Amino acid sequence: MSMKVSTRQVDGITILDMSGRITLGEGSVTLRDAVRDVLAKGTKHILLNLGDITYIDSSGIGELVSAFTTVKNSGGELKLLNLTKKVHDLLQITKLYTVFDVKDDEASAIASFTK
Amino acid sequence: MADSTTSRVSFTLDSSLETVNKIEQTAELCAVRAGFDEDAVSNISMAIREAAVNAVLHGNAYDVNKSVKASFETTTESLTIRIADQGPGLDPETIPDPLAPENILRGSGRGIFLIRAFMDEVHFRQLHPGTELTLIKHRPPAQSGT
Repeated sequence: MSMKVSTRQVDGITILDMSGRITLGEGSVTLRDAVRDVLAKGTKHILLNLGDITYIDSSGIGELVSAFTTVKNSGGELKLLNLTKKVHDLLQITKLYTVFDVKDDEASAIASFTK
Repeated sequence: MADSTTSRVSFTLDSSLETVNKIEQTAELCAVRAGFDEDAVSNISMAIREAAVNAVLHGNAYDVNKSVKASFETTTESLTIRIADQGPGLDPETIPDPLAPENILRGSGRGIFLIRAFMDEVHFRQLHPGTELTLIKHRPPAQSGT
């Protein structure tokens, strides 16, 4: 199953609800394009909801990192929401868990953005 | 000496993303049949996917004239998967540490690290041209002999 992404706005934050796999040639490009589209529209506060991501490989992890740095370099913030155990474990072993701002509650995640 | 091999399957495939998916799916099937638990199956299939991506993308560079060979062997002791490409060769000693502070925000370079994290043994062999990775996961004693 390839990745699907839908976009919604809550209190000035763009939430990307993502589902499926973030892997080379599948979700990686979709994620990259989705983040670029959001930035192009002038929104710089992005919350990636990964609750329905079933699988992520090293390309997907790299794409998350690239999205994080792209948004940060644009003066914005990108945070992660609802990590599955698998994604959580992958971010732990790659030492990225502390790089990302990871949230497990949407309301508090939205409130945490600098506005 | 008795042959302890219980099953073996091998493929020669093209340098495409379909090959990556086929190798990953075959690894998952072999791991399930070998009796690994759900977490181990997930880790094995991820490691094998990373090795397949290395072969197709970094080794053969999607070259239609180059192939990828993959073999899957289950014995009473272990699951052994070999993946070989026809690329310029990969020296594992030259791969930057993705956990080093200067590399932590790189957008790539974590594949071999994940392979090593999830498999019990990882061996590189230079084929001139190409690289063969041998990935081994030992079966827990309770699962052996099936």
